[in-house]
Amino acid sequence: MGEILTVQGLTRHFGGLAAVMDLSFDVRAGEILSLIGPNGAGKTTVFNLITGTLLPTRGKVFFQDHEITGSRPHETTSFGIARTFQTTSLFYDETVMDNLIVSYHCRTRMGIWDAVFQTGRSREDERRCRQKAGEILEFIGLQDRVSELARNIPQESQKRLALGLALVTEPKLLLLDEPTGGLTEEENISMMALIQKVRTRGITIFLIEHKMKIVMNISDRIVVLNYGEKIADGSPQEVGRNSAVIEAYLGAGYAET
Amino acid sequence: MNRISGKWIVLAITVIAVIIPLVVTNKYYMNILIMSGIWSIVALSLNLILGYTGQVNLAHGAFFGIGAYASALLMLKLKLGFWLALPFAAAIAGFFGFLIGLPALRTRGSYFAIGTLCFNIIVTLIVDRWEGLTEGASPLPWGGEITFKTMAAQYYLVLCFLLLTIFVLRRIMQSLVGRTFRAIRGNEELAEAVGIHAMRTKILSFTVSCFFAGVGGVLYASYIGFLSPEITDYHVSFDALIYVMIGGVGTIVGPIIGTLLIVTIPETLHIAAEFRLLLYGLILIVMIIYLPRGIVGWIKELKGKRRQEVIWEKS
Repeated sequence: MGEILTVQGLTRHFGGLAAVMDLSFDVRAGEILSLIGPNGAGKTTVFNLITGTLLPTRGKVFFQDHEITGSRPHETTSFGIARTFQTTSLFYDETVMDNLIVSYHCRTRMGIWDAVFQTGRSREDERRCRQKAGEILEFIGLQDRVSELARNIPQESQKRLALGLALVTEPKLLLLDEPTGGLTEEENISMMALIQKVRTRGITIFLIEHKMKIVMNISDRIVVLNYGEKIADGSPQEVGRNSAVIEAYLGAGYAET
Repeated sequence: MNRISGKWIVLAITVIAVIIPLVVTNKYYMNILIMSGIWSIVALSLNLILGYTGQVNLAHGAFFGIGAYASALLMLKLKLGFWLALPFAAAIAGFFGFLIGLPALRTRGSYFAIGTLCFNIIVTLIVDRWEGLTEGASPLPWGGEITFKTMAAQYYLVLCFLLLTIFVLRRIMQSLVGRTFRAIRGNEELAEAVGIHAMRTKILSFTVSCFFAGVGGVLYASYIGFLSPEITDYHVSFDALIYVMIGGVGTIVGPIIGTLLIVTIPETLHIAAEFRLLLYGLILIVMIIYLPRGIVGWIKELKGKRRQEVIWEKS
């Protein structure tokens, strides 16, 4: 498997604080890679640096062998990197369908003149949007909520919709920031199944997750962050045995036992 | 209300609007109607950036004034005809919107509101002091040939442009482009994350908005016949803001209803100008607390509730 994303020496300072420090790792095409670490380890900052929400102080990001360091979020999305947010981000005053439709805008070409004169291109683009939105709607299993406002659907459906918005943009790499945050045990399982299903579409998955059981089950590989630095990476088994990881999570006393 | 009856209502209102001058010959009422038409265009255009795109623009008076002054100067100094001056003046207003948008739209929320308010004050100052160009505080005659001499002709001119404005803004808002405007209003960070170029989208909305404010300004100038710096004043911005807020932000009919109410009621009740401002303030406070989405938003909400109740009963 080749690398789809390469991060080299990524560093980000906030004032005097190094939120991410000299971080290097690869995401391999087709895998599920998890980014874990204690609270405040800098996980979301890594996502923000990859997608261009934040600019790195130092370091480089390559996506499919092209350097994308410093690209704006809408650009990284058009390259094929989609993301979800830790706090479920949706267009809450729009319907489920409208949420999905507008998220496909980045794959269309119509402009304001097409809108005013209702050109063939505008009709074609709007048809494609509806088609794509319908397809993803079915994929995330929200057909029966199609015309409800996003704010009125249950939390689990909102999480699915947030994932759907990312999928509509036709990503090659999907960054998921705590996709199961706030869900019940049962909902965790169905969310994990959905993420597995995304992978079968040929989309590489890079996720931040706190629930160890899920991480150990779903990940091909794991990267562990602590105080902005990588302390381990490897398969779930390797990481689970790593003394530095145990120390970071449980404290120094447990590492030897 | 289903879609077909909605269409008939729109058609009926349009027909009524067309035959009004044949029935109403009273100059006083015609004046109110013409002013309502002009202000409706301004309110509709403000609603594009304010209501649909979620950016509180407090400089709409400036763009209105720029349109008005630009048309007067184009006709006076460059001897352009009305039909050439109108699109050029509106384009100039739109271009100023583009230029101001470049720095101002980088800021969000109240910073954008403050920034645009400052711009408005600067424009008024420049118009007031640059006497060589604008005649300063003494009225600038709106020169050139005026082809719309009668009240009825003025009324139809304004009505045509009101319908054109509604048509264009409706087309935009119902398109994918309009959806991106609403996405910015809903959640700018998420909009960027799904690949919408937020800055470009906001600039586009702002430029179109200012263009139509300019159209309103030209029509106002052609109707009043002379210009003074007050028409670029931030009071104009706040008037437009109130029309939109009362009618309903983010709707097409809202700004028109708001304008009709606020232009007509104080006029017909003969409320003095000073009290009018006081009244505006009171109305605005009450609206923001109790009907934040305006009259039309409130009606829509009621309808939505009723529909949900129907669904509830069915299930």
